[in-house]
Amino acid sequence: MIHIAQTALSLGCIYSLVALALFLSYRILDIADLTTDGCFVLGMAVSVSTAAAGHPVLGLFLAVLAGAAAGYVTAFLQTRLGVPSILAGIITNTGLYTVNLMAMGWSSNVSLIKQETIFTMFRSTGIGGAWYASVLGALFAFACMAFMRWFLSTRLGLSIRATGDNRDMVSASSINPTFTISVGLTLANCFTALSGAIAGQLQKSADINAGTGIVVIGLATLIIGETVLNGRKSITRNILACLVGNIIYRAIYAIVLQTRIIPIEGLKLMTAIIVALAIAAPTIRENLQLQRRVRKEMK
Amino acid sequence: MLEIIHVSKVFNPGTVNEKTALDDLSLSVNDGDFITVVGSNGAGKSTLFNAISGVFLADSGKILLDGRNITFEPDYIRSRYIGRLFQDPLKGTAPHMTIEENLALAYLRADHTTNPFSRITRKEKELFRDQLKRLDMGLEDRMNTPVGTLSGGQRQALTLLMATVVPPKILLLDEHTAALDPQAAEKIMKLTEEIVSRNHTTCLMVTHNLHQAVSVGNRTLMMAGGNIVLDLTGSERGSLTISDLMRMFREQAGRELDNDRILLSE
Repeated sequence: MIHIAQTALSLGCIYSLVALALFLSYRILDIADLTTDGCFVLGMAVSVSTAAAGHPVLGLFLAVLAGAAAGYVTAFLQTRLGVPSILAGIITNTGLYTVNLMAMGWSSNVSLIKQETIFTMFRSTGIGGAWYASVLGALFAFACMAFMRWFLSTRLGLSIRATGDNRDMVSASSINPTFTISVGLTLANCFTALSGAIAGQLQKSADINAGTGIVVIGLATLIIGETVLNGRKSITRNILACLVGNIIYRAIYAIVLQTRIIPIEGLKLMTAIIVALAIAAPTIRENLQLQRRVRKEMK
Repeated sequence: MLEIIHVSKVFNPGTVNEKTALDDLSLSVNDGDFITVVGSNGAGKSTLFNAISGVFLADSGKILLDGRNITFEPDYIRSRYIGRLFQDPLKGTAPHMTIEENLALAYLRADHTTNPFSRITRKEKELFRDQLKRLDMGLEDRMNTPVGTLSGGQRQALTLLMATVVPPKILLLDEHTAALDPQAAEKIMKLTEEIVSRNHTTCLMVTHNLHQAVSVGNRTLMMAGGNIVLDLTGSERGSLTISDLMRMFREQAGRELDNDRILLSE
């Protein structure tokens, strides 16, 4: 039981950064950024490879820089070269597969055996005792959430929010949408890569397929959190929802993993169904209401 | 002063949908002019405004503002000194952001070197509150309300304030009261005249309201077929009545029909 709680908390905190990234790209900018899967692995690959060379902290910084580069490529494709936004993400994602293999020394996985990670370094300080992973994960999560809250209230943050909210008005308000979309996607992918970077050091390995479905899981956790916290009401709630949704999702995941209520291979399908239903909910509700009216009025 | 020199714009060139929206149009706007623009649908009024504000680049010709050539400047740069209002009150504001946040965005035009990581200051909040008070709609007490919850009239008033909180060199009003109920339309028109005369803003206003066209401002343009067919100022305009304008309007519309007939018979 304690093990389940520890796993849920530490993974929930770490993966909440992906939800935070999707909050920025999908909710704020209204762009479905499919760079996410590849970018997550990119962060993981860079971080673990650097940690394998003995520099775990430097690994995080390099991972964030790599994520920024990936996000900028996607933004460049759609703002300057006219590639449709979903396709831009898919193109970057495809290219990243090769980049990720390269970052892991042309191998499909890298493991840390004896090398230090940020988690072993943190454990040796004694803070948090057996819960050291959760504590460190929470520190990262809260730092990133605070940063995001601050950032969105700055003038640049306001400009990015307006870009997603009403594209017509931004250029009439002297805001350059090319610039705000680029900043938004770059920053979002920094968060995604950081999430992969921390996750990689926690599990002491990086795998080329670790990112499959991350974007859908991220959306699922974002939606779960929003539903639980009634999160679309304010920016602060929405940011908190990223964390809450992730902890809930990871708790369910850990319970399934431990008890095998449903086969673990079935989780991706379940996640996909949750996301599809959650996004479709308003349309389904409307259709049901209409049918009810039709039945009543056509009698 | 705004000068438009031999500007042309053709949409969908080389296709069956080819449309000459601006046909070698030249116009000189003096400082402090308040110009009303009338013309039937498709006469090129909105295209003229879009060309001035840089939504697209003109196919040929030049646009000068205070002697500076702005023909190839992108729209977000021009919006530092050109304010725009559209017919649709939803177009000018961000619905999920608060009144205060919307005004803060508009206020970015004041100084584009402002630190992008700075936040709205208390002094700015005071300034916004004072400006909102002038609208006399009670919006100053709802600064933290999302704009999407306001009525069309309130949103258009806010858009007007946003376009003028940093006084622009030129204000372009594209039928900005046409989608509002009569009472709201009257209120917005009154506010417009107040703000324009207070700041001595140079202003162009498209309207289908012929009463407005002859009573508001100091100059009236009539457009047809992508060009200016009538330009009235001074005493000529002073003696102009609505029925005069209506007659000229019909004549122009008739001439276009005749042209079409000639084309079709050939």
